[in-house]
Amino acid sequence: MKLHEYQAKQVFADAGIPTPPSTLAKTADGVVEAADEIGYPVAIKAQVQVGGRGKAGGIELVDDAEEAREAAESILGMDLKGLHVDSVLVEGAVDFVNELYLGITMDRGEGKPVAMVSTKGGVDIEQVAEEDPDAIVREHVDPAFGMFPYQARRAVFEAGVDREVATDVASVLRTLYQLWADNDATEAEINPLMVTADDEVIAADAVMNIDEDALFRQPDLVEMEDTSAGGDELEAKADEYGFDYVRLSGNVGIIGNGAGLVMTTLDLVDHYGGEPANFLDVGGGAKAERIANALDMVFSDENVDSVVFNIFGGITRGDEVAKGINSALEQFDEIPKPVVVRLAGTNWEEGMEILNEDLVTIEKTLEDAVQRSVEYAQEVDA
Amino acid sequence: MSVLVDEDTRVVVQGITGGEGKFHAGQMIEYGTNVVAGAVPGRGGQEVHGVPVYDTVEAAAREEDADASVIFVPPAFAGDAIFEALDSPLDLAVAITEGVPTQDMAKVNKRLTETDTRLIGPNCPGIITPGESKLGILPGNIFSPGNVGLVSRSGTLTYQVVDNLTDRGLGQSTAIGIGGDPIIGTTFIDALEAFESDPDTDVVVMCGEIGGEDEEQAAKYIAENMDTPVTGFIAGRTAPPGKRMGHAGAIVSGSGTGTAESKINALNDAGVPVGDTPEEVADAVEDLL
Repeated sequence: MKLHEYQAKQVFADAGIPTPPSTLAKTADGVVEAADEIGYPVAIKAQVQVGGRGKAGGIELVDDAEEAREAAESILGMDLKGLHVDSVLVEGAVDFVNELYLGITMDRGEGKPVAMVSTKGGVDIEQVAEEDPDAIVREHVDPAFGMFPYQARRAVFEAGVDREVATDVASVLRTLYQLWADNDATEAEINPLMVTADDEVIAADAVMNIDEDALFRQPDLVEMEDTSAGGDELEAKADEYGFDYVRLSGNVGIIGNGAGLVMTTLDLVDHYGGEPANFLDVGGGAKAERIANALDMVFSDENVDSVVFNIFGGITRGDEVAKGINSALEQFDEIPKPVVVRLAGTNWEEGMEILNEDLVTIEKTLEDAVQRSVEYAQEVDA
Repeated sequence: MSVLVDEDTRVVVQGITGGEGKFHAGQMIEYGTNVVAGAVPGRGGQEVHGVPVYDTVEAAAREEDADASVIFVPPAFAGDAIFEALDSPLDLAVAITEGVPTQDMAKVNKRLTETDTRLIGPNCPGIITPGESKLGILPGNIFSPGNVGLVSRSGTLTYQVVDNLTDRGLGQSTAIGIGGDPIIGTTFIDALEAFESDPDTDVVVMCGEIGGEDEEQAAKYIAENMDTPVTGFIAGRTAPPGKRMGHAGAIVSGSGTGTAESKINALNDAGVPVGDTPEEVADAVEDLL
């Protein structure tokens, strides 16, 4: 789960990280009012959860009320990388002499948290990582102890941060680590952390992404979740049902259990000359209702010409799957798209007995099921 | 022969009174696994499937001489359950639970460096030595005893590949589902090392998927350390990056790793044939035997 910039900034500010004065606004009048109050120049920043907002025209720096209104009118309502902008952050501009990068994430290779510091902030840090990896200093943290003050200082000095501000930057880095740990974040980032001529440090941006698996113990963050985010109706529906779902450009709908097997099914559809319409993982232990929801999802995609159901039960049980397929299909006078089912693993025999053969095509192997679904899709195409 | 588990492995089931714990404890017992105890706080003294339940894993291990545990505990408590298994102490802990917070696993990962216990998982199907013992949720009926070792990041993909193998008479020595989470106990390399030293594993199948760089590291290990032939499969050639990694996540490892192409190339460079389909993996196993 991603927080909006204004939300992450609030979390940072509450923890004592300096941030510029700012106000969230949803109308042009609101923007001008907020900008007048903060004092010019101000930055007007689209609140959508994508990177590269500046380059895409989602951030403007303005010097007076007239410019503020113009910028507000052009940004509010714009379509930014597929996402609709319905609010902006109006923020006091910072007069800076340097821009730093601070970030905390999990280094999965090491299985440890890692703090990163660079004096090459304010730019695309991924590009820095690629072209000049030594420009980013990495400090691994023992999650049992948290980040020691000396570790923060070591990272900051090694990165070459000016010594006038180094102690303050180290303090911000430690606070950022603590926020990362306390909020079960996957990423916490400040890019840029601006350094002013008066040797102050100010977080001019804020990124915080939260581990979905840990939301049960982060009730305050759950309340911040923006469920309207995302431009795709089907993907929003998948979120509602709680499926891992990705919409693709083809016409063979794919439902399976377990990411690896679903990806393999996609790969096989491609291998046999078809094109996957989606990736849909029902997850482990799916009950009948969930299976029916999955079919509803895939039928809702008008590009889908056929559906292949590939279930290999471990914790998922074939009889539950079969019940779900029957109940989803029995509602129709005529089945909207041909459905091919392949059931294997736990309780597959019980499932096969339950499955209504008038409603679906049953295949015994993965290869046969995929080929049949590709044929059905091609028949519709022809 | 086998690696890590065999007919003598004495198993505690953590969470045996829960829905999944109870069902799969029954399935394990039916398969022939030597399930000697359950462990559920507050349920000590009860019996499930005729197996005594203890309040703590330590008591279960002590009273029933257990050496392994399988963990069916909800995600919020799974981290703690793994710590309990590591502290009991047992030789092996297998965590089936899906959705364990990553920061909990980072703490577990640290503790693993301080104990001799091996962890498999979390978010994995478990481990099976066909005909002897299974610890986890793998459907026993698709496996058959033999000389193919199998290690996989994906549960259901494991089943698929095993099905293709068994179908043509290629039995398995041991199959290990290591799980696809960002932080896991047993890695590809740990499993490959175990198979390399097992005289009865004649060929190893390694199933990976997009994301991370574990397969690339495993390829390096195979090239440098293994005499046992290995064949592989990588899921996700056609999958677009579904959920994009955050900024910081992507810059840790830099670019150029994590894709199906990068993994397949790394494996091919290490002399490991990679099948386009599970059927082709089975073909490769036949060729290598």
